[in-house]
Amino acid sequence: MGSNMAECHPVAFRWPMKAKLNGAKLIHVDPRFTRTSAVADLHVPIRAGSDIAFLGGLINYVINSKRWNSDPFFKEFAVNYTNAATIIVDEFKDTEDLEGVFSGMVKFTEPAFWPYNGLEGRYDNATWAYKRGPKPPPGPIGAVTPGELARVAPGAATKDLIAKRAGPPFDDLVRSLKPGPAEKDPTLQNPHCVFQILKRHFARYTPEMVEQVCGSPKEKFIKVAEMLLENSGRDRTSAFAYAVAWTQHTYGVQMISCCALLQLLLGNIGRPGAGVMALRGHAAIQGSTDVPTLYHSIHGYLNAPSALRPHETLRDYMAAETSPTSYYGNLPKFLVSYLKSMYGAAATAENDFGYDWHPKILGDHSHMASFAAMADGKVKGMCCVGQNPATTLNGGATRRAMRELEWLVVKDNWLTETATHWYLGPEVKNGEVKIEDIKTEIFFFPSTQIAEYDGSFTNTQRMLQWHSFAAKAPGDCRTDSWFYHNLAKRLKKAYADSKLPRDQGWNNLSWDFDPDAGEEPLYPGEISARKVLREINGYQTADAKQHLKGFGELKDDGSTTCASWIYCGCFPAWDQNLTARREADPPGVPGAHLKWGWAWPANRRVMYNRASADLKGNPWSERKRWIWWDPTFVNPPDPKTAKPVPRGKWVGYDVPDFAATKAPDAQPKPDGIGLDALSGTQPFIMRADGKGWLFVPAGLVDGPLPTHYEPHESPIHNPLYKQQTSPVHKVWAPGKPYNQLAAVGDPKFPYVISTYRLTEHYLAGAMSRWLPWLAELQPELFIELGKDLAKEKGIRNLDWVVVSSPRGRIRAKALVTDRIGVMQIAGKRIHHVGMPWHWGWMGLSTGDVVNDLTSWVGDPNVSIHEGKAFVCNVEKA
Amino acid sequence: MPEPMGFFTDTTVCIGCKACEVACKEWNQLPAENGGIRELSGDSYDNTRRLDGIHWRHVRFIEQFKGPYDGRWLMMSDVCKHCVQAGCLEVCPTGAIIRTEFDTVVIQSDVCNGCRACIAACPFGVIDVNPVSGTAQKCTLCYDRLTVGLEPACSKACPTDSIQFGTITELRTRAQKRADQLKAQGVKAALYGADSNGPLGGLNSFYLLVDEPEVYGLPRKPQLPSRNLAKSAGFSLLSAGVLGVLALVGLRKRRMDEVGAGGTGGSN
Repeated sequence: MGSNMAECHPVAFRWPMKAKLNGAKLIHVDPRFTRTSAVADLHVPIRAGSDIAFLGGLINYVINSKRWNSDPFFKEFAVNYTNAATIIVDEFKDTEDLEGVFSGMVKFTEPAFWPYNGLEGRYDNATWAYKRGPKPPPGPIGAVTPGELARVAPGAATKDLIAKRAGPPFDDLVRSLKPGPAEKDPTLQNPHCVFQILKRHFARYTPEMVEQVCGSPKEKFIKVAEMLLENSGRDRTSAFAYAVAWTQHTYGVQMISCCALLQLLLGNIGRPGAGVMALRGHAAIQGSTDVPTLYHSIHGYLNAPSALRPHETLRDYMAAETSPTSYYGNLPKFLVSYLKSMYGAAATAENDFGYDWHPKILGDHSHMASFAAMADGKVKGMCCVGQNPATTLNGGATRRAMRELEWLVVKDNWLTETATHWYLGPEVKNGEVKIEDIKTEIFFFPSTQIAEYDGSFTNTQRMLQWHSFAAKAPGDCRTDSWFYHNLAKRLKKAYADSKLPRDQGWNNLSWDFDPDAGEEPLYPGEISARKVLREINGYQTADAKQHLKGFGELKDDGSTTCASWIYCGCFPAWDQNLTARREADPPGVPGAHLKWGWAWPANRRVMYNRASADLKGNPWSERKRWIWWDPTFVNPPDPKTAKPVPRGKWVGYDVPDFAATKAPDAQPKPDGIGLDALSGTQPFIMRADGKGWLFVPAGLVDGPLPTHYEPHESPIHNPLYKQQTSPVHKVWAPGKPYNQLAAVGDPKFPYVISTYRLTEHYLAGAMSRWLPWLAELQPELFIELGKDLAKEKGIRNLDWVVVSSPRGRIRAKALVTDRIGVMQIAGKRIHHVGMPWHWGWMGLSTGDVVNDLTSWVGDPNVSIHEGKAFVCNVEKA
Repeated sequence: MPEPMGFFTDTTVCIGCKACEVACKEWNQLPAENGGIRELSGDSYDNTRRLDGIHWRHVRFIEQFKGPYDGRWLMMSDVCKHCVQAGCLEVCPTGAIIRTEFDTVVIQSDVCNGCRACIAACPFGVIDVNPVSGTAQKCTLCYDRLTVGLEPACSKACPTDSIQFGTITELRTRAQKRADQLKAQGVKAALYGADSNGPLGGLNSFYLLVDEPEVYGLPRKPQLPSRNLAKSAGFSLLSAGVLGVLALVGLRKRRMDEVGAGGTGGSN
């Protein structure tokens, strides 16, 4: 669901096809019958944007099924490995009680100037909390996500430690954050326990309702549910794969969360052949979030210090962000090692390792927020490296915003639409905009291709693979790293004499990526890519040649330097780049391929794999064996204390994602922090309670349980709740003429449209539309529409049609097909159409910009736009 | 001598990604049609349209639907069949078309005079003139790669192993096993061209299909051009020259029948 894997990840799709030959069943739930559907055993049509209704229906079906209630495996997994039994505070009110919203709704007031957060409302999540016994005074729970505003004040003990500037070590500070024990009911009968809450929450998601909301035939929906139940349990596992068709919604994070909830209930997490597989990797999505180019996080998924949260000092940040009873209890070690990487020798315990120099975010600095501000003239310049915004997200508004820039740098393989919008854009061509009125100065830098430099890829499995350059780039083409490296060096020089406090972070920034003496740069002025990976892996501060072997070695006193804790261990010695390994497992073994590349964290291939064994540490079944507890294993003495270690170790095919010698019957240490606060049966070691979260008490800004809302633009009223859309979703530039939005059921825009990609082209086209061999395979833009709609509108195959939304009108050729078509939604006959969005006016294969139809609305957690479900009209041209 | 080599294409795992088409063009340095600037064909996702002198691989897309979402979408990567009894080789007047040590059929561009006889002779419509060279061209089964121990570019690039390369003996075993598996699942699966006693002595590029051959644009009974010629000869008075050609063809055909009778024994 939410993925067209065969078309968009064809190389990875090798494995579903291999599984198919081994007897696996493939199901594709999608608004279109695609090349993925073509090889699936079952295709189920679904209206774009209604996936939570479908998944919610599956959850309701599963927990009321005979199989789920008769096979003890499911309850054993749910009660022990998830928070099903945990009691939620009495004040919590569900969408069942409040007609589609949760308790805690408050008004959001946009700051006067910048940035544009786009929020219409927000939740105070205090009433979503676990009910806890008396404690050491209550403290905050970590792992809050971007967009969530300051919520919890630290307890008195924590405040005292912050005032005294305690640490390093910061253990006492972390310990002071420990909350009281959460109340539980392992019988799952308490009406306030998570299981009962979710049971009530999803009760209205019946197969009949799924058919109404999703347009998916009831029999097909039930078939999916039965196939999943049949293929889950001790002996079998099922996996879900999703991609951007689950993220590009105003409730995308909740769709994925809903799938995780279902998979936890089915015992399909942390086990081989199970899980929720995010198909990432395009444009280095995985790598760019790990070693982030994102505004809201620093390396390794730590939240970026923010002016809107209690992040004022180093200790404030630690108090607000550290989850004391999970592996994230080590956050001070990750953070201090990161600051050492940022500021080198200048970072000392006395100056809090330079924390005060680190930039703080002011709110939402994401793509659409920035462009909305740009359209108001609040952004001076932009570096656009390997991105083609002139063809993305409300293209007309985006190009309008870019015309307000003073300067624009475009660095790409070709003169893209972003580089040429000022004289070839549709607004200029049709005379709306005059070239002489555009004040932007545009600089173009020719760019290398991937095969022309060294570096590493991180694929969707979190696996890093090193690649060496295959050919030198032509002419003056330079790498992106060359560009930023030389820009940084020039800026450092420019600010070198500044005494302004705001410039001291920049001046103290450690920046040493030039090749060492004797190492020839690939291009004049090029960095050493290995040096960058060494910095990311980390080393002993006293001796940079002593690399860190893993994040277990990180310290919070500045003695270790490590840019990204999750990548620590990929380069464990000066001459050992594990990402360059290429040793596959032989045929006939389970195939974790531990010597192929390197996967974070700690080369684990299946995360949370403690869940692949039962409470006692035995595999759930022989067939699904992955890691297990070997009680006879003789351990060497502890290398630090030289004390003997009792027998027993987690062993298996993979690197255990658990404390290696912690026995299944181990109890939490009363005073313990980090993993010591968890028992031997709590597999989800990154969560504060060691459990998979069915109910999400903190971390999501739009609710603790997934709830079906309609897309911002929808042909129907929400059949499930009075609340039409997500009450906290984002709308940027609301009411502006360039971001007009259709009202519910607007007769001018009666059809549901999805945008998508094709195998033959890549993203905004810079890597495919200029290449003759690819251009000829999909030479022109088209719209796919059903035969019924074509007949109604008198459109024949290959006719030119005009497609319009409140934001724009474009032309495309019609591809009339039965692979997409009419659906029965809430008693209405609704046509579904689809358009690939790769095109623009440059290159060999050209076409109108499909994103001129999309809008600036998005998800409140991650600020992704809603490109998969909106409305349009189609007329014969 | 190496064993006869070829392709087995399992259409049930083809995802229509066209990696085979691109890999083929890249390795063989074939130009894009009109430099890549073309019009949409409107025929499903097939903008390649046919096999010809610059398209040696062609992925077909067959939409079979009764109504919205109700049907199936078949895909098949088509290529030269490297027939054991090859019509093109039979009619080539210059000897440009040869049978290689791998039992594949290759057109030698430097010997071809562009007479187009082979184009008419191919029962599968595989061959056409490459406008760049002015000669008849088609898949060589990457003869240059085979001679240095590499597999053909298309099968190497195929992500799902829909296109499999190997010895004909091994491929036929594998194909039969897959067909049996599908039949056990109730799928109407049939092999096309895998029988050395079948038409043209078997095809060294053969297919697993789930519908009638015509659905995929394949002739049910592909025939050698000589058979048609022989038939028409009975109805007309023929000049000595034509008879001479026929005799030549006959000679060639006899030689190929001998090869065909040996089954996969091109290497015998």
